[in-house]
Amino acid sequence: MAHVNFVHNIPFFSIFLAMFCGIITPLVKNGRTARKIHGTMVFIIMILSAILLLNVSENRETFTFMMGHFPAPWGNELRAGPLEALMALTFSAVMFLTVMGGSEFIYKEVVPEKQNLYFIMLNALFGAMLALVYTNDIFTAYVFIEINTIASCALIMAKGTAQAMVGTTHYLVISLLGSGLFLLGVCILYSITGHLLMPQMKEAVVQLMATGDYHFPLLVVTGFMFIGIAIKSALFPFHSMLPGAYGAAVPTSSAILSGLVLKSYIILGIKLVYGVFSVDVMHQLKIVDVLFVFGLAGMVMGSLYAMRETRMKRMLAYSSVAQIGYIYMGIGLGTRIGMTAACFHILAHAITKTMLFVCCGQMVEDSGNKEQIFYLKGAGLRNPLAGIGFTAGALSMVGVPLTAGFISKLYFASASVYAPGKMAAVLVVLAISMILNALYFLPSTIAIWTPKKTEVQEKPAPISVSPAFGIAVVLFIVANITLGIWYRPFIHIIEMGISLLQ
Amino acid sequence: MNHLATNFYEAASVILFGIGFMNLLLQNNLIKKFIGLNIMDTAVYLFLAAKGYIFGRVAPILTNGVVDADYYINPVPAGLVLTGIVVSVSVTAFSLALVQRLYKHYGTLNMDEIMKLSREEEGE
Repeated sequence: MAHVNFVHNIPFFSIFLAMFCGIITPLVKNGRTARKIHGTMVFIIMILSAILLLNVSENRETFTFMMGHFPAPWGNELRAGPLEALMALTFSAVMFLTVMGGSEFIYKEVVPEKQNLYFIMLNALFGAMLALVYTNDIFTAYVFIEINTIASCALIMAKGTAQAMVGTTHYLVISLLGSGLFLLGVCILYSITGHLLMPQMKEAVVQLMATGDYHFPLLVVTGFMFIGIAIKSALFPFHSMLPGAYGAAVPTSSAILSGLVLKSYIILGIKLVYGVFSVDVMHQLKIVDVLFVFGLAGMVMGSLYAMRETRMKRMLAYSSVAQIGYIYMGIGLGTRIGMTAACFHILAHAITKTMLFVCCGQMVEDSGNKEQIFYLKGAGLRNPLAGIGFTAGALSMVGVPLTAGFISKLYFASASVYAPGKMAAVLVVLAISMILNALYFLPSTIAIWTPKKTEVQEKPAPISVSPAFGIAVVLFIVANITLGIWYRPFIHIIEMGISLLQ
Repeated sequence: MNHLATNFYEAASVILFGIGFMNLLLQNNLIKKFIGLNIMDTAVYLFLAAKGYIFGRVAPILTNGVVDADYYINPVPAGLVLTGIVVSVSVTAFSLALVQRLYKHYGTLNMDEIMKLSREEEGE
């Protein structure tokens, strides 16, 4: 194409800007300045992604951006369409709100000399997530998976406590197992297809399936790559790394890791489904059925673990396991409408879980840094804003109408109708899982609004809430309800994005 | 069986991958755990290097004027190995730094003991 549209530079520019900010942040020694650089960067990328989204969804187009000097079969490429742009927009918006609401935790819990390092990692993580969303080259995806891993481990251990270090070790080991499997899968796939770019790989894979050559290696490769991605995104039974890590980390880190980082791997997985293996091959190799079964198991088991948990942050971590199960269940339906529901749930969970973690962190802090639900009694009365945020998030998780969580569950249920043989399982497990969600979210919500009986009825010392936290919580709630009421445009964009991915 | 004999580099690398993987998963000593990680990654590089080399061809550097592609090997796998080595070096450096801090705090490298001590600390 002779004429290069300005908008086509946005994917590259977003990744470059995030990485560049990561490089210049060591020059500032002050955490607050680093936070300003980070905030500005994320805001710029949010605006750019919105422009990109408007542009590509208006033209119904998807485009590739050549990196370096070599054209398609040899060089490296980025690719953007409506789905990628929507995900980039969501990631940047959620990142912006989370850091806005959670910056006080960073200033309080991270050693002052290391606060600027925290923001370096945040910038690198953001750049890596954008790269996973946009990349069209599978080895680049691997490299950014590793950058993602290191940056997220650094965010977990930023608190510097022994618990955080143990949590990080656990997270690191499990993550590395996942990326090792993914790497081996990539190498074998490269050796049987001869390509690293997704579209060329897809052609080769479809041809191999048609001729029947290398059937067994292909099966092994899909197994390796999807197990790798499942481990990275903490699909049940690979979830054991989450509670320790999220429980010990700074609430801001936990929010970003559970709301965004896990999703970035799933988006890579969705791109692999459509961009490399194609839906037919996925059906023939029965990968979708495996993902479906593990998704269903995760939906129930995550909630059961969460019910047993007495500590709030670990409970939220287990609830993430259940929600990841929902997403994999949607992918496992193997239909386009199932995938649409899964993508919508990625959005819904991203905005809901980050809000829950930020509000939970605030309430724990107000209650003397004790995170057992017992100590959190009356936390909502001490800090009404955090309480309202938590309640709204809990309602959305349970799936109360007018919230984002309701729409995704509605779409999962209606998607199951189009998947013969899977409908009964989906509806039953969906019902059980929603009841279980309610069983652990409602008691904790009631607890935070119940005053402590033993407490002498003196007026509690007023808790200072930073205005940034207030604005962030209000915006989170508005975003959640917006997704819950005006969901049609989002569904429309996701559907368009998925049809263009194929 | 015949396949294994003709592809012995690949077979060896997959076996090594398994050894490294199980070490990373099951080994209790943290240093040995991350040595397992290195074995796992190195096995993948052996796989790539073995797949990337075709017997009797040379590296794609023009020295004697031959421009026929059949004379040369594909340089991309070697590039991938280099990229992979950089990644695994940084991951190893990060994990060893983490192990060092854990050792300073708990005085042991045994993961089980560390978990036990950490639980005791938490219970206080």
